[in-house]
Amino acid sequence: MNAEAATDAVRLHGVEYKWRARDAFGLSIGEFEVSRGERLLLLGASGSGKSTLLSLLTGLVSSQSGTLEILGTRLDKLSGGARDQFRAEHFGIIFQMFNLLPYGAVIDNVMLPLSFAPERRARAMAAGGTENEARRLLSALGLPADIGRQTAATLSVGQQQRVATARALIGSPEIVVADEPTSALDDGRQQDFLDLLFGQIDATKATLIMVSHDRRLAQHFTRVIELNDILATSKSGAPA
Amino acid sequence: MIVARLALQSLRNRWATVLLTILAISVSVMLLLGVEKVRSGARDSFAGTVSGADLVIGARSGAMQLLLYSVFRIGNASNNVTWRSYEDIVSRPEVAWAIPLSLGDSHRGFRVIGTTPDYFEHLRYRGGQALKFAAGAPFDDLFDVVLGSDVASRLGYAIGDKIIIAHGAGSLGPRHDDLPFRVSGILARTGTPVDKSLHVSLKAIEAIHVDWRSGSRIPGQVTPADRLRQMSLPPRAITAAIIGLKSRLQVIGFQRVVNEYRAEPLSAVLPGVALQEMWGLVGTAETALLGVSAMVVVTSMLGLSAMILSTLNERRREIAILRSLGARPGTVAGLLVGEATLLTVAGIVIGSASLYAVLVVARPLIDRRFGIDIGVQPPSTTDALLLLAIFIGGMAAGFLPAYRAYRMSLANGMMVRT
Repeated sequence: MNAEAATDAVRLHGVEYKWRARDAFGLSIGEFEVSRGERLLLLGASGSGKSTLLSLLTGLVSSQSGTLEILGTRLDKLSGGARDQFRAEHFGIIFQMFNLLPYGAVIDNVMLPLSFAPERRARAMAAGGTENEARRLLSALGLPADIGRQTAATLSVGQQQRVATARALIGSPEIVVADEPTSALDDGRQQDFLDLLFGQIDATKATLIMVSHDRRLAQHFTRVIELNDILATSKSGAPA
Repeated sequence: MIVARLALQSLRNRWATVLLTILAISVSVMLLLGVEKVRSGARDSFAGTVSGADLVIGARSGAMQLLLYSVFRIGNASNNVTWRSYEDIVSRPEVAWAIPLSLGDSHRGFRVIGTTPDYFEHLRYRGGQALKFAAGAPFDDLFDVVLGSDVASRLGYAIGDKIIIAHGAGSLGPRHDDLPFRVSGILARTGTPVDKSLHVSLKAIEAIHVDWRSGSRIPGQVTPADRLRQMSLPPRAITAAIIGLKSRLQVIGFQRVVNEYRAEPLSAVLPGVALQEMWGLVGTAETALLGVSAMVVVTSMLGLSAMILSTLNERRREIAILRSLGARPGTVAGLLVGEATLLTVAGIVIGSASLYAVLVVARPLIDRRFGIDIGVQPPSTTDALLLLAIFIGGMAAGFLPAYRAYRMSLANGMMVRT
């Protein structure tokens, strides 16, 4: 085990976040840790702060207090620009709304994060070139070979989701974060999608953190926690 | 590379607004450059009305008045210069050449100039160009006339046509209709008042006035043309003269000689100086014109800024996506400034290209109609500076939206709002 692997993927301690400075209520997390290579399902009802937690983890928003350590790096100590760089380099994010650039070609959408992440770009280059890697991911996720030239706006919801997944996976980021990625799919497709996603996650040994309100997904994960359990003073220990 | 490609695709996605913005910028570029071109063209044409001449002399009057009637053929002289004084002055050793001008008659609204063949040889315009004959030759016979190009084209005259000269400057004055002139030559276009003049010999001016006293015909007296040809008819007076000296250094000294001429009160003016003075009068209008077109440019820059600002709202999602994938605020701001710059450059290129296209097509028309030759040359330093100002303005127009985008934090977080 090398030194890098020794650190946890995520370690939160006493993190406070308020949406606006004067809000009385906000998100408060006592302890939250995720080991490397975990597949963690974070369950919570709508509006419970799941997405906010993911935003905190990825540095999309910054906490008012507490320590936030990702892959051994204190995210709360980083400047805004450095946080953006860190996110680009170490996180693959599958957004609930997929967030593809509708006018862009599918292949460009998939390769876009590499523009901001030199290490991921280098890994994609090593794996056979950025464009080849993008194509490989698209076809590994069950998309037709010629889809790359289409614009994202012409895709079905299911296809958009797979493109968004390919974009999150390209260049093998250490942590993949998914925000309710299956909510737009029916049950049968959910299963297909999760199988494909896990297949790719296994291949790169990435850590997966997925939030959902859907308990039925629990069986696929190595660990399941309720958001309520880590909020405020509640603690979450090592994997069960 | 991908970011740039996606930025271009984003532009294409908004093609209608983008096209309109580029159009607005190119129109204002056209206007600003066009005004500048017309301005400098007008100034050059004006300053080039007479070139190579050292002095213009006439009866004692103001410099501008003298210039107006002798060079621009506008208005009338208050007094004449006697032939004797003229001969005395031009016989001085400093004089290289001299063109006498005798004004007072007209043909259908165009001035008739009595002069000598030296006129065609020595008169220069626009950087020392000599007069050229489009057809025919200088006057040879007493009743030959050489037409300026406007006169010939406007009135449809050709070599050999007969024309009648009227007494006085108006077209309704009494006519020398017993003595028709034959068109012996037509001058090439100059874009100066020469185009609007008819030229006859000094002797012809005397000849058509043989049967006249004090501006009206002597009743019953008609001298036939052939008899007039045999008469000696020395000129009695001229209106003005354009003089070239052997050395430029002698100009001031010679001017003093003329101004202090004892036999009669005369004035000598330096045409270049007088032209500049006159242009100074017109200069205010010129500055106003440039001011108006500068405002047009500012307006279109504001339009550019407003366009990007308003699409910023539509593009919140796009920008948030870029940010969530790791694009720094600086990158996003750079994209917006880059977009503004790109649109401005497109506007500048299209605007300049269309202006030159318009100039190439309209140049002969403008020259014919207004006597302003707008040179189709590569942009001058002034033009380049104006374009640079527009370029910088366009870039600056991108900064406000870029700043807003920069400030537009990631508050949207994971939920990128549509």
